[in-house]
Amino acid sequence: MRKVTVFITLKQGVLDPQGKAIQESLNSLGYKEIQEARVGKYIELQVEEGPELEARVKGMCDKLLANPVIEDYRFDVEEAVRS
Amino acid sequence: MKFAVIVFPGSNCDRDMYHAIKDVMRVEADLVWYENSNLENYDGILLPGGFSYGDYLRSGAVAATSEVMKQVKEHASKGKPVLGVCNGFQVLTEAGLLPGALMRNKNLSFMCHQEPLVVMNNKTPFTTGYEQKEVIHLPIAHGEGNYFCDEATLLELKNNDQIVFTYKNNPNGSIDNIAGIVNKEGNVLGMMPHPERAVEALLGSNDGMKLFQSMIKNWRESYVTNA
Repeated sequence: MRKVTVFITLKQGVLDPQGKAIQESLNSLGYKEIQEARVGKYIELQVEEGPELEARVKGMCDKLLANPVIEDYRFDVEEAVRS
Repeated sequence: MKFAVIVFPGSNCDRDMYHAIKDVMRVEADLVWYENSNLENYDGILLPGGFSYGDYLRSGAVAATSEVMKQVKEHASKGKPVLGVCNGFQVLTEAGLLPGALMRNKNLSFMCHQEPLVVMNNKTPFTTGYEQKEVIHLPIAHGEGNYFCDEATLLELKNNDQIVFTYKNNPNGSIDNIAGIVNKEGNVLGMMPHPERAVEALLGSNDGMKLFQSMIKNWRESYVTNA
């Protein structure tokens, strides 16, 4: 088994109202150093070993996990996890 | 003409849509569960509002991958009319039948009230009953109706006259006040406001009626001989 972690973020330039609300909230808690907050998603996949694993994960991201119109993604594949 | 109202787990405006067609327009319609469905015998496809699959991942994203959407694509490729309202619009963008995406409202709030809209293109099969630039009033009810697309897509939408409805007082941050768009061919319409909730004057507005009347009239003129 491999553990794949997918990180999805809004593209630069795409308005992130949730991030904006978080930034303002942190500022009001006294964390004045926060200039920007952006919210994304983190998805963990347990994947069976197989050929073209990276290409298949890329396909999953393009087809479902991320929306290429508004989101960017990256993923890490971790070495075999003992199950 | 016969309509299919596609019902996903989490759809909640399906019965309003069915009521608008069946009881107000007096045209045949079925509520069609998304699994094991066969759309071959339907002329118009209606994707209703709601929260299909609980809006998991992104609104409309999971429904867009369902088997029934393959059939909807096939139906659309034949030039037959497809209307997606609210969550239906989100499903159409996620399925790639319409460009762009619907994001969280700019003010982060779910909004449910009536909005004035401008009819920007009355040449589509959905809008011939309206005057060009006519101002109509339809209810909105969404948390993710903030239409977004990149500059190139926006230019294309404008050049092809694909922007069908705009908001007069943009409530959600949509780019260029966009409330509804059609595909290039003009037979697939997605819109956030709810025409099916505006078919009885007693309930605030019947400005949605002309949309359904247009669909039915245009279908009869193109598909029924000697109509």
